Amino acid sequence: MAAFFQQVVSGLASGGVYGSLALAIVLIHRATGVINFAQGEMATFSTYIAWTLTTNHGFSYWPAFAVTLLVSFVGGVGIHQAVIRPVERGPQIRVVIITIGLLLLLNGLMTWIWSGEVRAVPSPFPSGTIDVGGVAISVQDIGTIAVCLVSVAVLWAFFQFTKVGLALRAAAVNPAEARLVGVRVPWMLGLGWGLAAVLGAIAGLLTAPSVFLDPNMMQAVLIYAFAAAVLGGIDSPVGAVVGGLMLGVGLNLLGVYIDFVGADLRLPAALLVILVVLLVRPAGLFGKPQVKKV
Amino acid sequence: MSALLELHDVEARYGPVQALRGVSLEVPEGSVVAVLGANGAGKTTTLRAVSGTVKRSGEILFAGKPLRGGPEAVAKAGIAHVPEGRGTFTDLSVVENLRLGAYTRRDRSVKADIERMSGYFPWIRDRGEQRGGTLSGGEQQMLALARALMGRPRLLMLDEPSLGLAPLIVREIFRIVRELNEKEGLTVLVVEQDARIALDSAATAYVLEVGKVAISGASAELRDDEAVRRSYLGY
Repeated sequence: MAAFFQQVVSGLASGGVYGSLALAIVLIHRATGVINFAQGEMATFSTYIAWTLTTNHGFSYWPAFAVTLLVSFVGGVGIHQAVIRPVERGPQIRVVIITIGLLLLLNGLMTWIWSGEVRAVPSPFPSGTIDVGGVAISVQDIGTIAVCLVSVAVLWAFFQFTKVGLALRAAAVNPAEARLVGVRVPWMLGLGWGLAAVLGAIAGLLTAPSVFLDPNMMQAVLIYAFAAAVLGGIDSPVGAVVGGLMLGVGLNLLGVYIDFVGADLRLPAALLVILVVLLVRPAGLFGKPQVKKV
Repeated sequence: MSALLELHDVEARYGPVQALRGVSLEVPEGSVVAVLGANGAGKTTTLRAVSGTVKRSGEILFAGKPLRGGPEAVAKAGIAHVPEGRGTFTDLSVVENLRLGAYTRRDRSVKADIERMSGYFPWIRDRGEQRGGTLSGGEQQMLALARALMGRPRLLMLDEPSLGLAPLIVREIFRIVRELNEKEGLTVLVVEQDARIALDSAATAYVLEVGKVAISGASAELRDDEAVRRSYLGY
């Protein structure tokens, strides 16, 4: 039983990371109406910034973490203003193609700047375990879960209680009306991109210690995040987080208790989740079914 | 009374289609002015020209100054536009809709104003958490009106508040608009297809026909002129 709980906690930790990145995808999907395929590379790019700050510029971990989030935010807003905003009003396929272009561009840029070598990124948490009711749980897992929960809670409070958060929601669901009450919609959508970049950065920084940092680090995580977002409902922030946690725990248990799944079949299992959800319940667990008026 | 809003020879077009062909009108401070006319006469476009949601040319003066920029700037200048078809944020709660109405304001009396709106629309008090989309049509129209008032506008523009609503509710909405005008001195420009109810509430009216003002005057005169009623107002 103790082993089972350990696996659940470790699943929650990876699930928190999937959930954070899924939340970033949902934020942009709500604001811009498309899936941002570059979300994973944006997160990796942010992680490289933190790595450079700690390795080359003498930053200790948490200051580097804070600076990275700040830079990521500015970068996210910048990407929106520079390449998304000009095509935002046109057909959505254009925006999708731009995000795929961004993926390739950022990936190439990272290889060019930091070379393709794998880098070790330290964990901010000690490597030991603590005993919770007879179950040894890794501090790394608990720290990861805590950082995810705190960032999601802060984001939720921002959307729920602040004027700008409310304006951002209004701009995402109904831009024309939002303009009539005086909301500057393009900037709000840019803000959405900035916040998504911050969430991605957090996901990247939490992923890096358990794998190694290279330009493709987040590609698998992005697939899990897609699965989480689809599972929860692509327009539901709550769904993204819950979907991420469910997927993390589910995949972890599957890998441990079903012999033939192992590590190799984790990714196909996530794709299976996407497929099944889209076939059985396209709106996801928390999404509202889309009604198209004809 | 000086004019709060003046339109001089305003033209507007949607792509190749010219919707306004030189509309001139005046809305005196503290008055209720109605814009009437058939479908496609340019009533909605007139309001959209003012709020900057359609490309326009000609001169629009608000409180004596040229009105420029998009809807964000117009909202900030003190003009609230309740668009056709309610314009509530269906995904947001009633209170969130009201908070958004106060978006351009910097002061902190938003809560007090929500309370003030509950005075006009008592149902708001108990149903603040309800999502806008789950309200009835009449309630959504009232919420759109209340949201517009939350911005403390100097000019309120209403686009077809009667659209798709039962007569009783339409009368209630116009009663509240009159009350706002009489008690708080709110200036109102209302576009309406239902000429009868609009003329009862407005002091003056303009009748549009294919993008131009066909006739205008005091509401009472227009109403009593049988020829005008027959040819322009259809009742």
